Amino acid sequence: MSLDFAPAPGAAPTRQRIVRHATLETLMLVRNGEQLLLALVIPAAVLLVGRWFPSRLGVDFTLLVPSVLGLALFSTGFTSVAIGTGFDRRYGVLERLASTPLGRTGMVIGKASASVVVSLAQVVLLVSLSLALGWRPRLDALGLLLAVPTMLAAQASFVAAALVMASLLRAEITLALANLVYLALAAGGALVVPAGSYGFLEPAVRCLPTAALGEGLRQGLADAPASGGWWVPLVVALVWAVAAVLLARKVMRWTS
Amino acid sequence: MPTPTPSEPVLDIADLVVTFGAVTALDSLSLRALRGHVTALLGPNGAGKTTLLRTCTGLVGPRSGTVRVLGQAPGSPDLGARLGVMPQSTGAWSGVRAGELVHFLAGLYATPLDPDTLITHLGIDAFARTTYRRLSGGQKQAVNLAGAIVGRPELVFLDEPTAGMDPHARRRTWALVRDLRAAGVSVLLTTHDMVEAEQLADEVVLIDHGRAVMSGAVPELTRTTSLEELFLSHTDEGV
Repeated sequence: MSLDFAPAPGAAPTRQRIVRHATLETLMLVRNGEQLLLALVIPAAVLLVGRWFPSRLGVDFTLLVPSVLGLALFSTGFTSVAIGTGFDRRYGVLERLASTPLGRTGMVIGKASASVVVSLAQVVLLVSLSLALGWRPRLDALGLLLAVPTMLAAQASFVAAALVMASLLRAEITLALANLVYLALAAGGALVVPAGSYGFLEPAVRCLPTAALGEGLRQGLADAPASGGWWVPLVVALVWAVAAVLLARKVMRWTS
Repeated sequence: MPTPTPSEPVLDIADLVVTFGAVTALDSLSLRALRGHVTALLGPNGAGKTTLLRTCTGLVGPRSGTVRVLGQAPGSPDLGARLGVMPQSTGAWSGVRAGELVHFLAGLYATPLDPDTLITHLGIDAFARTTYRRLSGGQKQAVNLAGAIVGRPELVFLDEPTAGMDPHARRRTWALVRDLRAAGVSVLLTTHDMVEAEQLADEVVLIDHGRAVMSGAVPELTRTTSLEELFLSHTDEGV
């Protein structure tokens, strides 16, 4: 079959472009062993430890499951996106794709979609494991009305913050710092341990987006006590999401 | 979609200035590239060639001057489908397979070249299942070239298309550029290889310190001396 190089330019339909990009981005995420470790292996290990050695973590298993879901979502929304985008910029992936019909908007939507796909897979797998380990969630409309929007807003803030970091820093520094932030906020950001355990730091900790996600999931799925109003996690997550998206729009860089 | 007439340049740049902080990368640069022609940009390292390509694709904004690509401003939504861009050396996820990348890029266009035929044509089939990070420099260039032309563009930017290629691959790439030109595709390529410029280009633009210091048709420029002598006498040593 011969090739006809005569120009015949035209873009594929928008939906096809974004689905193709999101599919390939998801594949790249799944192929990356280090990111799979953060996304599934570590959260699953925390669940197993919390189920059989609850005293080690100091968190009741009922509350631990939503906490671990928050941890997993944070790793996918922030750490994986920051590291992946940092190296995409370094390796010229962003530069190449920005000059295709996918464009910059399609690229960001595709990346965010891949993050959503991986997040959904995490939720399904970790919830299945938790149910198998004996977890029984609170299932009512009010709980889900708090948990789901908080989760979406927090993920938006994580992805946008990751894009900011990947745009401002070199890939190697992004790699180191994103992992450091993951460890720091996993331990001190009220993701695994409820915000009420931080003593006099509690008001400050509650203002973190990780705390909003952790508290929103714990209140929504495990009926944890709300401090200052059930809506606080949702409002905190929304404020972070708006601020981070606006900042990402301002500082996003496509070239190395 | 505005389409240039045959006499209209596919690339029309006037007094372009691009700065990065205190560094002036392009300094009142002007050039035109004609439709259906191969235009070669020559210049030492750091002369501003890659910055010029990035400006044409809308990735870098000019401080002043005008740039029209296929009659449109860089970064216009329509242009993405009308341009093909071959980046220098990298431009892919480290974990993507060579064939996978070509198929993915083909899927972004309405009427692309058949990716499998293109893969065979460029000799990529031998390493189509190899991940990008494990490819040699020349193999990466072949994949990047396939990605630039798979969408059947009107204008192709090739940034050092044969760097790192062995002589067989280089000759195959030259033949491809000639095929593109014969099919009516306009090509703008950067190169350090004077033989390549003489073999492929209709016009040559010599860039130094962000300025176009000489330009013209290859036969005119090389009437009394070689392209390499012109290059050496009109440019400083690169950075």
